[in-house]
Amino acid sequence: MRLRHEPHREPLPPEAPIKRPKRTAFDWSSAAIAVAVVVSAAVVYRRDGQARFLEILFGDVSLFIDILPKVLAACLIAAFVAVLMPREVVLRWVGAESGVLGIVIATLAGIICPGGPITIFPIAAAFVAIGADTGAAIAFITSWTLLGYARILVWELPFFGGEFVFWRTIVALPMPIIAGLLARAIVTWSTRKGAGG
Amino acid sequence: MMIYMVDGLLWVIAICLGLIAASRSRTLFRDSVREGAMDCLRLIPRIMLGVIGSGYIAALLPQDVVGHWFGADSGVTGIFIAALGGFLTPGGPVIGFSIGAAALKGGAGAPQVLAYTVAWALFAVQRLMIWEIPVMPPRLVWLRVLASLPLPFIAAAGAMLLGKP
Repeated sequence: MRLRHEPHREPLPPEAPIKRPKRTAFDWSSAAIAVAVVVSAAVVYRRDGQARFLEILFGDVSLFIDILPKVLAACLIAAFVAVLMPREVVLRWVGAESGVLGIVIATLAGIICPGGPITIFPIAAAFVAIGADTGAAIAFITSWTLLGYARILVWELPFFGGEFVFWRTIVALPMPIIAGLLARAIVTWSTRKGAGG
Repeated sequence: MMIYMVDGLLWVIAICLGLIAASRSRTLFRDSVREGAMDCLRLIPRIMLGVIGSGYIAALLPQDVVGHWFGADSGVTGIFIAALGGFLTPGGPVIGFSIGAAALKGGAGAPQVLAYTVAWALFAVQRLMIWEIPVMPPRLVWLRVLASLPLPFIAAAGAMLLGKP
């Protein structure tokens, strides 16, 4: 698994099996959050009473129901991308040798990729599994997070209004490229250090 | 209205890809649908915990106090506190934006609020733990967080240089 992100690795042969991150239903990080949630819910119940407790619950349950179909769509897109996307295309455009252009392409992809919270991560993981470069994947996620139009229009604009969001977007424009290049620099630095050079 | 269009687009893409897969081979289509649906099923407990749980964590955050920590005259310290606040704010689609907007109305500085929302969007710790680590290779997640660490500060510096928003 580790070797998959090294910058100087051989390109994957097209017939190489797709390695997907294994997903179990529960793990330590979820368990830690579960504890935090139970404690918070208990404190809210004691401090604010049952009405407030239920109000939060119903609000969040409706949000959950709203998010669910999006997550299903994203998981399906990820599964289809994994089998349909030609590896040589991914390697050429956003692979380890794709340079700054690969990061710019990933940034643009992040801007146009629709979806709400969480949907980006399975898709990014699918691209990495078929040979996308770590730096490009990070630029993609950063771009979607900070510049994705869906998030800006649906979630951010109603809260902050046009002017703040406009300037925030301008300030954030170079960020995916900074993050992608920085990630590549860290990988290069850590491999060189790991190789004893 | 906008939200339905965005959701719709996601499904349009999924259906188009599905049609392409089905035209290649029926088995390919069936296997991919099963794979995608299983992934989604495995994520459901986490999403439930993430979405339903974040409401309770957010309810405990002293929202009106948060704004005072990064007021307009809080300077670089305020930016650091704002970035840390973004890290600690639960993930989910709205909480960071609503706290940021409330802070801005309550007199917080724009660069500080910018640092807060950027930090929250990039590395809210609860979102990292519950959504990102289970779905992506952990190495990729940590590398991403490391590479994103300077961004809230660059955002605040950019806002200060521009004198906007």
